[in-house]
Amino acid sequence: MTEVAWIGPALAAARPQAVAALLRYFRDLDVAEEAFQEASLRALKSWPVNGPPRDPAAWLIFVGRNSALDELRRRNKHVTLPDDDVIPDAENNETALVERLDSSAYQDDVLRLLFVCCQPDLPATQQIAVALRIVSGLSVQEIARAFLVSEAAMAQRITRAKRAMQESAVAFETPGPVERAERLTTVAAMIYLLFNEGYSASGGEAHVRVSLCEEAIRLSRLLLRLFPSESEIMGLTALMLLQHARAAARLDSNGNIVLLDDQDRRLWNHALIAEGLVLVEKAQRLGIPGTYQMQAAIAAVHARAARPQDTDWGQIDQIYAVLEVLQPSPVVTLNRAVAVSKVRGPAAALQMLEPLAQPLAGYFHYFGVKGALLKDLGRADEARVAFNQAIALARTAAEAAHIRMNLDSLDT
Amino acid sequence: MFYCILCYNLESEIEAWTREKEAAVMAKQQAVAHQLATEGRLGPVGRLMPTTTAMTVRASREPLVLDGPFAETKEQLLAFYLVDCKSLEDALDVARRLVGDTGALEVRPLATFYPGIGLQ
Repeated sequence: MTEVAWIGPALAAARPQAVAALLRYFRDLDVAEEAFQEASLRALKSWPVNGPPRDPAAWLIFVGRNSALDELRRRNKHVTLPDDDVIPDAENNETALVERLDSSAYQDDVLRLLFVCCQPDLPATQQIAVALRIVSGLSVQEIARAFLVSEAAMAQRITRAKRAMQESAVAFETPGPVERAERLTTVAAMIYLLFNEGYSASGGEAHVRVSLCEEAIRLSRLLLRLFPSESEIMGLTALMLLQHARAAARLDSNGNIVLLDDQDRRLWNHALIAEGLVLVEKAQRLGIPGTYQMQAAIAAVHARAARPQDTDWGQIDQIYAVLEVLQPSPVVTLNRAVAVSKVRGPAAALQMLEPLAQPLAGYFHYFGVKGALLKDLGRADEARVAFNQAIALARTAAEAAHIRMNLDSLDT
Repeated sequence: MFYCILCYNLESEIEAWTREKEAAVMAKQQAVAHQLATEGRLGPVGRLMPTTTAMTVRASREPLVLDGPFAETKEQLLAFYLVDCKSLEDALDVARRLVGDTGALEVRPLATFYPGIGLQ
């Protein structure tokens, strides 16, 4: 078994490209998926004997396409076909077939496959679930575990989502530059949702969800390899790398959230940070500011600080100022207020919070930040009110526990 | 004679490796490296960051800076430099100074680095 252990990763790595190309041939997700499954089964038989093909994706596309064509012919025309042994031998044809497969089509293929999962009428979690199933090849059981639902419920959701995807018409001709850019934006948002699905988890389920973060990073790197000059894909990849680098320091042994300032920075993954910092710099060279880049730039400032007191809050304030222009939102202003509190003090920050009271009336972090600022200003009673409002709005036990710690510190 | 041993593989496949697989591969290589080090014949060893971090400086009237790794297949790998740089821009400046009338230089950061025992 161990001699063939390399086949699993080889199939997983080739999957997005192979399923995407098969989708272009057959224009039907189920047929494409079945073709890939069939090709994978044949790979399990052939690769251990013949060794890995030079281009596993090309091999799987070739074999998958032929087996699906045979299957379709068998169903439609009832013709007799040669048995397995005479079906095209990809090994011998490999050089020719690599040349025949148009590698430049891959980027649009993979983008289309990811885009197909991003049906706007589907809830975000269903988009993610279906992408994990079709693009990443996770089993329904694995996805169900990550989303804390039963396997049957997840299977039903994925079936329903796939039906919706089949019914909506997706353009199969090569997209133009505008359409391609739109698809990239949509797909990037889905990948970031997937990442956040993993990142926002805490406590017992945390270890299951880490794989969602890693899958998001894998998909983002895949996109970046296909679109090497897209600054926002660089930004997205960097943002996720820099956030994920802190995973080991984010929760304490009880599953409570550890805030950035209190994290043991030795637990940060410095290899991921180094990679993230390079990508931030690479993106900035292109001079096309974007929201992922800006968020990554903020994460980069934190990552560069060896100790919390070394953090360049002035720079963070400036980046938030740009972000407020690019993507005006009360949440961005709230985050900027935190930076302002470090640069100009809690009073200035509290003033920034005033216009946010209405739009963020149901937002946990708004009351958490407000409480902390009031506490810093020595207004304990008002802080207590804010913290209690935060607890009422907490979505996880860890969030509530963290605010309770703040409340306790008011009494001492 | 010094020999340079360059490692090639499918990057997307490496990313799909489990932690156990990754650890097993590293352990195997480290055992060999350790043996070479005790024999006093191991120079610098480095693991490169993913190709997504790479840039390419191509010879042109003005050196052309491109996003992404060196992707052509008609040219061959002929030499390498290992340079300590403050930033990516710094590394690109070095590459601009090095680039000749033809050819290209790929600029890629190192993920891990072992200096070796100082070959003479």
